[in-house]
Amino acid sequence: MTVKELCKTCDFEVCCMPFPEREVKGAYIGDLLSWVMGRANEDNAWITIMSNVNVVAVATLVDTACVILAEGVKLEQDIIDVAKEKGVNILYSILPSFETAVKISGKVL
Amino acid sequence: MSEELVFHFDVDGEDFTSAGQASVQIKKILRRLGLSPEIIRRVSIAMYEGEINMVIHAGGGVADVRVFEDYIELVLKDKGPGISDINKAMQEGYSTATDTIRSLGFGAGMGLPNMKRYSDTMEINSVVGEGTEIKMRVNIR
Ligand SMILES: Nc1ncnc2c1ncn2[C@@H]1O[C@H](COP(=O)(O)OP(=O)(O)OP(=O)(O)O)[C@@H](O)[C@H]1O
Ligand SMILES: [Mg+2]
Repeated sequence: MTVKELCKTCDFEVCCMPFPEREVKGAYIGDLLSWVMGRANEDNAWITIMSNVNVVAVATLVDTACVILAEGVKLEQDIIDVAKEKGVNILYSILPSFETAVKISGKVL
Repeated sequence: MSEELVFHFDVDGEDFTSAGQASVQIKKILRRLGLSPEIIRRVSIAMYEGEINMVIHAGGGVADVRVFEDYIELVLKDKGPGISDINKAMQEGYSTATDTIRSLGFGAGMGLPNMKRYSDTMEINSVVGEGTEIKMRVNIR
């Protein structure tokens, strides 16, 4: 499923979506960046509650399909600008990480 | 030997909220060079962890990346406090990061283990009070 489709079927909100047609494969949940760096895979949806600019760097380097910010966490505009520039898709979920994962389960694997 | 490509980066120690620039840069360069996604991933993760460590633990430093025919070499040098017990620092979960740094998502104590895992060889030279030099190699073939 693409990021755009995932966003729509799961009722997430678009924070920024420079690559809407990107295919999502699997997911990783984590807030400690070194764990995400070491364990998340390319094309994953990355579910986190971290909202600083390092999230954009990690998403770029791991090459995740999208970041899903759980718990209603929102980004500052300057961080959103960096994400757009780096081509990082970011979605907002009002649900906690677990419920967010449950929602995308079966759609991204 | 004379054919290798060299890239130099100054890693700013002031601003740890926007660290990771050199790694993102290297990733782009390696992509342009047409290296495999697996190699690019390993190099950029190893580089990122080293870069972040210099920023949060050593007040910045320099990174040199050399692309040879058979391998990529990463050398990270800083004039920070040094690492007194390297074996301990290499353990998963060991971290001296402050609460402020932890609140940004760092400090899991996974950085050095990640560097070890994603490189083929890794060498740490550190002198307390003088600084740290980490040399890593990722084989291309
Ligand atoms: N360049 C450095 N200069 C001085 N000390 C360092 C340096 N790199 C690492 N260390 C020490 O080694 C410890 C372990 O490093 P490591 O990267 O594994 O974990 P971390 O940086 O604390 O957390 P994480 O990488 O998971 O965000 C650090 O907490 C720090 O005490
Ligand atoms: Mg680290």
